[in-house]
Amino acid sequence: MSDAHLRQGSGAQAIKLEHLTKSFDNHRVLDDVTLDVEDGSAFCLLGRSGTGKSVTLKHIIGLLRPDQGHVFVRGKDVAALSGRELSEVRRSMGFLFQSAALFDSITVGENVAFPLRRHTDWPDSKIREVARARLADVGLAEDYGKMPAELSGGMRKRAGLARAMALDPGILLVDEPTAGLDPITANEIDQLLVDLKKKGTTIVVVTHNIPSARHIGDTLAVLHDGRVIARGTAEELDKSEDEIVRAFMHSEGAG
Amino acid sequence: MFERLGVLILALLAWVGDVALFGARALYQAVLPPYEFKETWRHVYEIGWRSLPLIVLSGVAIGVVLSMHTRASLERFGAEAMIPTVLAIALIRETGPLVAGLLVAGRVGAGIGAELGAMRVTEQIDALEAVAIDAFKFLAVTRIAACVIAMPLLTSIIDFCGIFGGYLAEASTSGMSAQLYFHRAFSIVQFSDFMPATLKTAVFGFIIGTVSSYLGFTTTQGTEGVGRTSTSSVVLSSVCIILVNVVLVKLIFLVFPVRA
Repeated sequence: MSDAHLRQGSGAQAIKLEHLTKSFDNHRVLDDVTLDVEDGSAFCLLGRSGTGKSVTLKHIIGLLRPDQGHVFVRGKDVAALSGRELSEVRRSMGFLFQSAALFDSITVGENVAFPLRRHTDWPDSKIREVARARLADVGLAEDYGKMPAELSGGMRKRAGLARAMALDPGILLVDEPTAGLDPITANEIDQLLVDLKKKGTTIVVVTHNIPSARHIGDTLAVLHDGRVIARGTAEELDKSEDEIVRAFMHSEGAG
Repeated sequence: MFERLGVLILALLAWVGDVALFGARALYQAVLPPYEFKETWRHVYEIGWRSLPLIVLSGVAIGVVLSMHTRASLERFGAEAMIPTVLAIALIRETGPLVAGLLVAGRVGAGIGAELGAMRVTEQIDALEAVAIDAFKFLAVTRIAACVIAMPLLTSIIDFCGIFGGYLAEASTSGMSAQLYFHRAFSIVQFSDFMPATLKTAVFGFIIGTVSSYLGFTTTQGTEGVGRTSTSSVVLSSVCIILVNVVLVKLIFLVFPVRA
């Protein structure tokens, strides 16, 4: 990794990965990954398919445990937390899955309302109102009563984002937010994430979409063969002499 | 040959150990707050109420068939008057509980396995964890608890339906009155006939819930894996019920030796 791309943020760290290593069936997916994300910033993790981007996100929210290394969220070692402590940390985060992972037995609106029903003592009317507002943010105001199976892939993704934002989390982890979306909707989602960042939400985005990453990200990192090979602003990565980084940054690949 | 057999036995023991740990964890989690009463009740409705048509129809049909077989046997000894009594004892002590267990294993086990398996492969279980819900408690413990609650109730119903089916067969064959039939049916049935046999089905419910939830939670390989989980849930739950029933019947005979 070139020094120019090792720029570390100066603000407080919302997320810190230290020497994170993970293997599946003797295949090393993450190899000594060290990263940090400043509070209130937007961080984009780039890389080809199968380089461990989604695995990195799942470590941050505690769905996977590291083989070696540590994941800290606001200073707390996620793998060392008790069930209750982990639950508290998770409540402060929102997670959009690559597949959206909507609960398919309840309506889209109830998917968004679900975290609110579980973690607040708000009356039903307020929960529905907030869920509708979150759906409106992603352009699905009219789809509250639909079942997930009735939505297109892109709409499901947006509904998943609305659910991830339901509890107004301080940290939002987003896996391929614009994959499968038309350019106009993709831009709207990007803008939504930028607006959330302006409100102080820390955002970690995994994406292939370079224009999207340039638009959203304060800091970008490129993951290759389970290692972070470059880290910095889009401008810094543009100047990289690493062939893989240059190829990636100049591919302008759409998600 | 022996090596392969050894590997197979070790794999089987490892599986049994994993399922036992899964069940033990469910028991432990069930007594810890927060309690998922609403979700458990929803599953009692899904598992219990929705199984009723199957249980009622099967119970009546079994009663009719058992009555015909019993009549064919007892007629040789001129003991037709014993038909209601023999039928009631056979149904309450063994046939009702075992048939109810196998029917629920078929209907509910497949459903739980397929539903949780689909949730696993579509990342819905991870999504629950991500919104800070204990997926094990919310999905597995509630279903296991519902199976434990529903099984004795369904067994009582299949017992009664079986006895009623026997009455229908007797009434059509010998014209026996309802009053006489039910009087004879329940004349020697005691608490120790009904309670242990019915309550043992709570264990069947625990087996169905645990095995199918375990298989659902450990599903891999996409939709093909979900199909396999559904089938395995039925087969393995049924086999476990049949094997555990042997132990439970022996235990019941030990605790109630007079009635044995």
